[in-house]
Amino acid sequence: MLRLPWFEYRSPRTVAEAVKILAGEGPGAMLVAGGTDLLPNMKRRHQSPKALVSLRAIDELRKLNGSYGAGLTLAEVVAHPGTPAALRQAAAQVATAQIRNMGTLGGNLCLDTRCTYYNQTEEWRKAIDYCLKKDGSVCWVATASKRCVAASSTDTAPALIALDAKVKLAGPGGEREIPVEALYNNDGIDYLSRKPDEVLTGVVVPGGWQSTYWKLRRRGSFDFPILGVAAALKMDGDLVAEARIALGAVASRPFRVDKAGEFLKGKRLSDQVIAEAATLVANRAKPMDNTDMDLYWRKEVADDFTEYALKELRGDDLSAVRTRTARRQPGWIGHR
Amino acid sequence: MNETKKRLEVLGKPRRRVDGRAKVTGQLRYADDLSMPRMLHAKLLRSPHPHAIVESVEAEKAKQHPGLKLVLTGQDFPVPFGIMPVSVDEYPLARERVRYVGDPVAAVIAVDEQAATEALRLLEVRYKVLKPISGPQEGLENPEPRIHDYGEQGNIHRNLSYEFGDVGEALRNADFVAEDLFFYQGNTHLPMEQQASLAFLDPEGKLQICSCTQNPHYLQRQLSRVLQIPEPRIRVVATPNGGGFGGKCDPGGHEFVVCKAALVLGRPVKIGLTREEVFYVHRGRHPVLMRMKTGVTREGKLTGMHLQTLLDGGGYGSHGPASTFYTGVLTPVTYHYPRFKFEACRVFTNKPACGPKRGHGTPQPRFGQEVQLDKIAERLGMDPLELRLKNLTKAGELTASWLRVGSTGLEDCLRKVAAMSGWKDRHAQLPRGKGVGLACSTYMSGAGVAIYWNKMPHSGVQLLLDRSGTVVVYCGATEIGQGSDDVLAAIVAETLGVDTGSVRVVTGDTGITPVDLGSYSSRVTIMAGNAAVQAAERLRASLATAVCETLGTLPDRVVFSQGKVFAADNAGAGMSFVEAVAMAEAQLGTLSAVGSYSPPKPPGRYKGAGVGPSPAYSFSACVVQAEVDERTGWLHVPKIWIAHDIGRALNPVLARGQVIGGVYMGLSEATMEEQSFRRLPEKLSGALVHRAPSMLDYKSLTALDMPEVEVALIEDPDPNCPYGAKEVGQGPLLPVMPALANAIYDAVGVRIDEIPITPDKVLRALEAKARGKAPRVGPESYPSVPYPEPTFVLPPWEGGDGNEMRKGGGKRAAAAVV
Repeated sequence: MLRLPWFEYRSPRTVAEAVKILAGEGPGAMLVAGGTDLLPNMKRRHQSPKALVSLRAIDELRKLNGSYGAGLTLAEVVAHPGTPAALRQAAAQVATAQIRNMGTLGGNLCLDTRCTYYNQTEEWRKAIDYCLKKDGSVCWVATASKRCVAASSTDTAPALIALDAKVKLAGPGGEREIPVEALYNNDGIDYLSRKPDEVLTGVVVPGGWQSTYWKLRRRGSFDFPILGVAAALKMDGDLVAEARIALGAVASRPFRVDKAGEFLKGKRLSDQVIAEAATLVANRAKPMDNTDMDLYWRKEVADDFTEYALKELRGDDLSAVRTRTARRQPGWIGHR
Repeated sequence: MNETKKRLEVLGKPRRRVDGRAKVTGQLRYADDLSMPRMLHAKLLRSPHPHAIVESVEAEKAKQHPGLKLVLTGQDFPVPFGIMPVSVDEYPLARERVRYVGDPVAAVIAVDEQAATEALRLLEVRYKVLKPISGPQEGLENPEPRIHDYGEQGNIHRNLSYEFGDVGEALRNADFVAEDLFFYQGNTHLPMEQQASLAFLDPEGKLQICSCTQNPHYLQRQLSRVLQIPEPRIRVVATPNGGGFGGKCDPGGHEFVVCKAALVLGRPVKIGLTREEVFYVHRGRHPVLMRMKTGVTREGKLTGMHLQTLLDGGGYGSHGPASTFYTGVLTPVTYHYPRFKFEACRVFTNKPACGPKRGHGTPQPRFGQEVQLDKIAERLGMDPLELRLKNLTKAGELTASWLRVGSTGLEDCLRKVAAMSGWKDRHAQLPRGKGVGLACSTYMSGAGVAIYWNKMPHSGVQLLLDRSGTVVVYCGATEIGQGSDDVLAAIVAETLGVDTGSVRVVTGDTGITPVDLGSYSSRVTIMAGNAAVQAAERLRASLATAVCETLGTLPDRVVFSQGKVFAADNAGAGMSFVEAVAMAEAQLGTLSAVGSYSPPKPPGRYKGAGVGPSPAYSFSACVVQAEVDERTGWLHVPKIWIAHDIGRALNPVLARGQVIGGVYMGLSEATMEEQSFRRLPEKLSGALVHRAPSMLDYKSLTALDMPEVEVALIEDPDPNCPYGAKEVGQGPLLPVMPALANAIYDAVGVRIDEIPITPDKVLRALEAKARGKAPRVGPESYPSVPYPEPTFVLPPWEGGDGNEMRKGGGKRAAAAVV
């Protein structure tokens, strides 16, 4: 089997202690929660941290009162009855049951960006002389690109962006709260605005939204998203009072499509309006050839998935489409 | 003997397989579970270049590592190996040349896996990089650099042409000729268990290797050859394979490495390949480009077929010479073609070697054939079911290519699957976006000839019976999950009238079991099974002779049933099986019997006639239902029906499991699996790498993605098979891919003439259709391939005798036969 590199293991009991360790170790230390992303990556030498600072023993990260502790497992987020639909659907479609039982909400938000030239063993990467994201100088996805275009592959982030959620970050200078969208940079390497000595401690999710998350992936059983569409609406009668639509997996960061939200405001969700909004959303999808499936096709179906999301929020019965695309039986987690 | 014939007591009843408990409780010991005192660990250094000359391997730094025990390189292995005698072209560690990214170059043996991993990084290899050949067309266009210095010419490894009757004439005389191009992408076996081996010297100093191989006998021969040790000093124990599917048929470089290291160091040496390495060892499905011309009459009778195939062989021969044949030879077994011609060419490329995967070489042409039949039916305005029924081969007939069809339940399969699926009410009648597709297939129950030429049996079984009533079955067959241990136990139990609880099975151990050629080509049930029947019948005859006087009857009137032995006309009296055994042992001494099996001589007598014949063929018919979203091309398969002609299901639970497993693998290949490669921009890089050598990124269906599969087993016992049982391990995979393609056409009227069928291809075809273009995605052209002059053989009904002829009459002079 692939072996891990050697590392030191630290297990603080409090966030403050974790922050202190991070500050002391410097950039050689990394946080680990469920380890479902980091440990396989370490086996492939994507990261070889000198020290791993585990968050598992920090009880305060596992609380759920008012906000979601970053250390809650994805399974716990799904099981919580108050979890909004988009977040539940997103968390429930991350990987497999085993991984959802280990992987955490904070970990999914901080998920390393992914690329078919990067998520390979060190031997494989050596055979292509490495790539821009790690140990090399060329981006093989776009050889002229100066920037790494690895894809953001978190499911929960677009859902939380649509839900207007905020993340809490604790650092040596205290705690700050920023919108989820602001956690990300559109850069495959430097993809998080979290500072190296900060710990993502929790997520504040406001209520009052009707929301949904649609995930495109090859298999219903498990796969990273190759397109994620999250939509949240506040309705005023049959008119849209507020709308937030976010996309995942089509750039190095998840992002909100403001134009579509603006466009929907004050409108009735007719087929025509939904189609126009979907076009606005799809125009912002710029998938690259760095993940699964044909990239032109992924671009082509972005509007369809946006329509699914909006039609579902309108109240259409999309359970058959859900069954076919998510390959899940109707009602699996589907209620809003 | 007729009077002693009884109803089946063990066979035909659903039973828990004999190895089931150990498997579900996790007690079964796979190769990687094995551990020995003082055991060392090996790791292989693999080439980062697709094509290069190895100039030097520098091990000085690695030798400084405190955990290191030994470094091996190509210089330690001067003798090559190869599973087929005609393509012995591989070294355990590359000597001068590496031929794909992942080709093993050196090995380190260290105190543990961690140390081996670290030491491996300290090895320094100097390469001289050569131009890589990335595909067969490139290989045809570039005879230089040659990947191997043997083969037909340039980078062509094998090149074949066979013509059975004048096919040109058959096509000219047809009312129309369907001509199609198809492409079938390569894919790999993806067994759950990664290859692992443990080698050590037994207390007598003899070499033993425990390895997850499908073919311990062939491995023993290859080890003897490469290590230059006599076979009696080598014992190969095939550990239970966690899935094989053909991927563990070839000997692997790692197996030689651990053996050599154990010999040098005198300590046990183990290796467990990583998942990535399993993708490099490969030997899976060849990517095949096909051109198929079929002549048809207005009434829907096939007049002949001309089939051309081009195989992407990868970097080594492997089973390739056989694979090349298999892209042609089984095509005429399902339907009657009065004339048949096939040309096949395998080209070396700088990628992991292709070889046998479930269905070996036949799913590719079967896909083309069954899709083309669907197109022909449409052109004739005929129900695809009727077209197929009209052209079926008949039991016992010879094909144009001189294969003996034997028993066939294909008509029953077709009628059954049509009834189960409601074919008549669904085909061409479901609402737009929904459709059903039909396809058929056949497969061999064991290859008619061994991989190396010999006149000895293909399978041997020895039974040992002791006074406790325990029967031990010894056989070289290997349990790879297919249930061969259960088959052996059940057949012996049935024949001796005991239950499987009294039977112990010892298999796949060249040190103690009689030779069986291995678990490939769906041969074990019929060949080891027939050998087991013979051995058990001999044992039963001995027992009957010993007890008949006491029972007051003749030996052939002694009945063995439910653990009792009695006279046929006095079932109330008699004795227990154990008493009978004790009586026989007292009279005859220690009780044992052997049985063996050789398949019948193939009817064809031309050179090459040895590939394709089988004692019996299984048949399958499958209906797939598909739903296509016309806006996205998204494809959904809610249900599959399949009928499989198995002769007899020895254990219906296992048989159904095999059918569903085959359907699973077929659907996975049909919809997503691709062993595909990236050639980076040539100006910037010479890299040619596997796109996704991991379980996550090599996409295959999981159990959760499977639709419901409704299975019908068609049982009409085949006289050549043990208790009539034909194969089930490979056949049911084969019709799934074309049935899906045909279902998509029924749903939305587009043809996807290549595998895998993905949503983007469906959408592209739908868009072409909307623009008024040909509603099809598939290969657009076929390269010029220098196929040789055909070997010409007259079909049986045209006065042929199975020998090669000159086209236009007269036997070809022996000297001209190359």
